[in-house]
This record gives sequence, C-alpha cells and structure tokens, in this order.
Amino acid sequence: MPNLNTARFTGEEDLPNLEQHNNHMAHVLTLDLYKNLRQKQTPSGFTIDHVIQTGVDNPGHPFIMTVGAVAGDEESYEVFADLFDPIIEARHNGYQKTDKHKTDLDSSKIKMDAPFDSNYVSSARVRTGRSIRGYALPPWCTRAERRQVEAVACEALAKLDGELKGKYYGLSNMSEKDQDQLIADHFLFDRPVSPLLTCAGMARDWPDSRGIWHNDKKNFLVWVNEEDHLRVISMQKDGDMKAVFSRFCDGLKKFESNLQEGGYEIMWNEHLGYILTCPSNLGTGIRAGVHCKLINLSKHARFEEILTKLRLQKRGAGGVDCAAEGGVYDISNADRLGFSEVQLVQMVIDGVNFLIAMEKKLEAGEKIDGEVDRLQQK
Amino acid sequence: MPNLNTAKYTGDEEMPDLSKHNNWMSKVMTPELYKRMRARQTKSGFTIDDAIQTGVDNPGHPFIMTVGCVAGDEDSYDAFAEFFDQIIEGRHGGYKPTDMHKTDLSDNLVMEEPFDPEYVFSVRVRTGRSIRGYALPPWCSRAERRKVESISIGALDRFDGDLKGKYFPLYEMTDAAQEQLIADHFLFDKPVSPLLTAAGMARDWPDARGIWHNDNKDFLVWINEEDHLRVISMQKDGDMQSCWRRWIDGLNKFETYVKEQGADFMHSDHLGYILTCPSNLGTGVRAGVHMKLEKLSEHSKFDELLGKLRLQKRGTGGVDTASEGGMFDISNADRLGFSELELVQMVVDGVNTLIAIEKKLQAGENADSDISAVAQK
Repeated sequence: MPNLNTARFTGEEDLPNLEQHNNHMAHVLTLDLYKNLRQKQTPSGFTIDHVIQTGVDNPGHPFIMTVGAVAGDEESYEVFADLFDPIIEARHNGYQKTDKHKTDLDSSKIKMDAPFDSNYVSSARVRTGRSIRGYALPPWCTRAERRQVEAVACEALAKLDGELKGKYYGLSNMSEKDQDQLIADHFLFDRPVSPLLTCAGMARDWPDSRGIWHNDKKNFLVWVNEEDHLRVISMQKDGDMKAVFSRFCDGLKKFESNLQEGGYEIMWNEHLGYILTCPSNLGTGIRAGVHCKLINLSKHARFEEILTKLRLQKRGAGGVDCAAEGGVYDISNADRLGFSEVQLVQMVIDGVNFLIAMEKKLEAGEKIDGEVDRLQQK
Repeated sequence: MPNLNTAKYTGDEEMPDLSKHNNWMSKVMTPELYKRMRARQTKSGFTIDDAIQTGVDNPGHPFIMTVGCVAGDEDSYDAFAEFFDQIIEGRHGGYKPTDMHKTDLSDNLVMEEPFDPEYVFSVRVRTGRSIRGYALPPWCSRAERRKVESISIGALDRFDGDLKGKYFPLYEMTDAAQEQLIADHFLFDKPVSPLLTAAGMARDWPDARGIWHNDNKDFLVWINEEDHLRVISMQKDGDMQSCWRRWIDGLNKFETYVKEQGADFMHSDHLGYILTCPSNLGTGVRAGVHMKLEKLSEHSKFDELLGKLRLQKRGTGGVDTASEGGMFDISNADRLGFSELELVQMVVDGVNTLIAIEKKLQAGENADSDISAVAQK
C-alpha cells in the first residue's frame, strides 16, 4: 500500500523529475503514463512509485545502462505492463508484447568439441534466477514471505543427492569458520551496497533468511534471497562449459521437480519466461560466461564490434558494476529473453572460441580485420 | 506501505529477529507488542514495520545508543502510542505518557559575557519543525515534500532586516553556489548514514531539498533533510546570547509567516514539536559549542561530569563521528521535558563550568573536588 496521502495530489504534483536521468525507466515514463499507472496497484499493494524508486534515486551509471525499475511481485509485469512492455522492448532487442519465449534446458543439444583453451579461459559459470510463485519479490516481500521462500527452497535442496548433495549455510547464524571457508571459495555474498539494489529495498532485514547452499563438490550453488528469491549457479575452474551447463540443467530440473512435489511452483509464463525482480533478467534469467584473458584483443579497435556481433557482453571480473583488470574479462551472453538457454549457451561457446582464435592471431602478430568483416551478426 | 500479503502471516512469522540488536526499539519490542501494533496503521497507511525498519536494518552503533524507529507522520505517535511511549520513556529520562511538555522561546537567557574565546570557537542552536498535514521524510510522497518546500520558502521570503535571505535548492545549484555553501559549512549532502537511508529519508534526492540562509550567514534553514525543516542559528565565536536571540526571533517570525499561509507546525501538549526521530521530540533543540577540552577530555571523570551537567559530547563532524585533537561538540543531552530556554541555559552554565575546570587542569591543579562538587542537574 502506498502513502495514502497520495490521493490528495495530482500526477503532475507527484511526477518524479527525470531531467538528469538516463535509464530505461526515465526514457519510457511520461506524465500521462504516470497518471494512468498511479491509479493502479498489484493485489499485494505494489505501486508504480515502488516500481520506479530505484530509477528515480539512481539517475545513471557510468558503465551500464540501468533499467531503473523493478517488479515487486509476479503481477507487477501485468498491472504495470504499459511501463514494463516498452522497457522490455528496449532492453531485450525489440521483444514484443505478443512474443513467446522458449525454455530449453536440454544440455545434450550443446555442441562443444573440447573445453576452452586453458591458456585463455580460467573458469566457466552459468547462473540463472528463479522465483517461487505466491511470494512477493525481494524489493517488496515481508520477513514472513522471505522466510517461507528460504524454507521452501531448503526443503527442495535437501532432497538433492549424488553429485548434487549439499548443505545450506544461513547468513544469520553463520560460524566464523564457515564464513572464512565460503569467502575462500568465493561463494559468500554480502549485504548489497550498490544503491541500485538498496534503493529498491532489497537489503531490508539483512541478513534474515539469506543464505548460501552448495553441493559438497562445490560446483553447484544456490543463493537464497539476495537480489532474487533464488540464484542457481553452476561453475568450475576450467573451460568445460558443456559440463557446467549439463550440471546446471540437471540440478535445476531436479530442484524444480522437488519444489513441485512440495506443492510449489516457479513463476513463469509463456510470454516472459521466468519472472524475476529485474526486467533485465526476464526470459531465461541466464548469464553464461567465462573469465577469459584477452590482452591484445581487448585493446583492438574492433573489440566492441566483435562482441556485439557475437551477442556477448564484457564485464570486469568483479561482476556487473566493475571494470576489468589485467586483460581478464568476464565474457557472457548479452541476451536473456527471446532465446532459449541452449541457444544462449551455444552462442557463448561459439563466441568465446572465436575470441580466443582472434587473440591467438593477434599474439602471433597477424591481422584479424578480414575475419571480423566476415563475422556475421548473430 | 504494507505489503498486503502480510495478512496471510501471523505476528510470530513476521516478527523481526532482534537477537543481535542493541537499540531502543529492540529493547522495547516484544512479540506481543508487535502483534498488537501490526493490527494498526496511521491514517496515511504507515505501519509498525515501516516505523521499525531502520532499527531492524541497523542493529547497533559503536558511539551512540540509536533509537531504531521513526515516525512517518504526526499520527504515528498516536497510532503506535503503546510502542512509542516506551521508547520515549526510555530515551527521554522517564518521560511519562501523561507528562506535559513546555515550550519557551523567550528572551530570558542569562549570560554575562560570551564564552572564553580561548576555549570556545563557535556556538550553534538548532531545532526541527514539521508542517502539519504532510507525511514526514521517511514516508512523504514527492508531492508532499514539494509542498513542504514551497510553504517554507513562502514563509522565509517574508524575512527582512538581518534575517533577509535566499533559498538555494539542491537540484539547480550552480557550482559556484555549491562551493560557497561548502566553504560556509552550510551545505548538507545526500544522507549516507544507513540509519537514515534505511528509513527511506534519501528517496528522490535531491528533489525539493534545499538550504535557505540569511545574507549575514548566521541563520539557516534546511529543507527536507532528516526533518521537514531544521532551523539553525550559528556564529563563529562564543556569544551564545546573540545566537539565541537571533534564533528565537527567527523561529517566532517563521511560525507567524507559516500560519499566515494557512499552515501550522505539528505540535502537541504532551510531545511538544513532532519530529521524525523520537529522540528529537519536545524542543527538538540541540544547542552547543565547538570547544577545546584537551585536559578535561582525558580526565577519568569527564563523562561523569557531562552526565551531571546534562550535556553530551560528539565529534565535530556531527552525530555519528568521533572527536579529533581535543575538540568537542558539547551540547544539551535532553530534548523533551525541559523548555528551550531551560536547555540553552543549561548549556551556557555547563560550558562555563567545563571551561573553569579545564583552566584548572591546564594550570596543573587538581580539579577532582570541583568535579565532585558539581550537582546533578
């Protein structure tokens, strides 16, 4: 529920000042749209002011074009469709209201002759998010809802066995020993400090019902109640993306099946795929990527062009809002929606192999312009 | 803004985990109290979860015993009276729900001469005011915040003589204006303290925030920072009398002009001036000095002495900073249950006592008996 005093004021009086702003929400929101949407709320009481608060508070970001809007629950995407649809269209390459999204977690379809060359790729990782139907999302959930998400997720994870068998580490009562180990493994996530997240209310009640589950083999990991209800991660310290994706699909399917046995469902629909907090993660929610050394290629004038043609994005090895160091880049798929998981992972595999081939040429003192010219836009 | 799904859960399921917490809210809150409070909301929809979020998110602070809760509107202190009364009693020295608070902004401060300039470098008096009918900074909408700004500017524009001044909105501020305001130590910036950000006070920054000050640069009003208004009188010497007189003059005139616009301040006979943080209820006054107490600050009985004088110390950077180089911000500890005049008189008398003892210690004398002789105010 919003501040009820809002009913005494007009849309003009309440419209945020977005003159200094450069994010997807600021590009889309007009006075008329705001007036229309402020009449509405989702069944749990989430309003347009809640949706856009993070975008109002964060005018822009030096490295990334931020979205500037979040969902508070599954219904947000319908109730505020007039705002979210244009944001989705802009962010997801022209994805239309009428488009259908396909889910494909059949890892047997992946073609990869050999793992990535270990001289270049040091690790491979695939992550996605999942939301449990019936509970508000991290910007809006109550403590009880968040605790339920944790309990439901843990119950489903506890049933995983074999290579996936693992253990949950709740942040609230973590021992120092566990904490040190999780930090050493690079598994521990901390309270969000990014204002993109804190302004959206995602750090409330920290660290209540936040935690990390991982298997004994330490290559399958689930984050509970960070930026989404769940983040599911498969990773390993080599270039075998096929194995990483295989385990990813296996784990996800078993997890979902366990959830369903418990009477729960994952938020999903055939238009937007998996429903997640940030519109940028809709569809597959997948970010499949590698840490890759591209010392020469990263300085090449056409590096960005190549990445764009391959539908890849680069980040610093510290994550979404960091810069790169030492020529080591995090290279991953740029798309989330409108392509299936299999398609996106295949694009990463093919794309990274191309980048490595180009890097090798540059190392050998050869030119790559011809190759780049011939490279088709995917 | 209650998430309506909350109705599906019990108080026990929603109760925050306060086992690691040490603030006034965590001392007061119990599962039974929480259950009763979550059944209510203010007229504008503010809930107990909204009130306590900052205390849940900030378990404790190394230098200060934080309050851990805020009001979202005037009504909060009534709707959640059972909760806030306990906080108020704890924080304000046993103040009871039936107690009445007195306001006194009269020109009756007793001070023979300014503070010794060897010890006191500046004096300042501040308070807060809230405009009735508009939600407070943790909860206000953009439209409400803008109305608070326009009503305030409307009143401040009426000032003339020594109080005549100008408004500098944060939004359109030029670089030149910004540099000058920083040089004058007037500029306030987007809150970074998690005590404030977790309570929602930085939303929509810098919309409808600004600083008004007179041309003489000794009377200043902050708009829409941690309260609707903060009214400050200050000067770079030890003349608290002059500082006080200008402050009460400005405040009294400001109230007149606000009323002429058809607006009013939030105030009750029981709680005095209604402000965002329960710690500021009553007078909302913090009257203080920046002073050097090199020897006294190292004395084992320094804190005890401050306690007797009803004073508190802070670093010169403000509420959650540490002191540096023997320089302290010394101000009244109380806000509620004493009038403005009483509090500022206590500061005047108390600071003079501190100076006298510091002088003795500087002269190499023992001041233990002087300290013991100070009676608890």
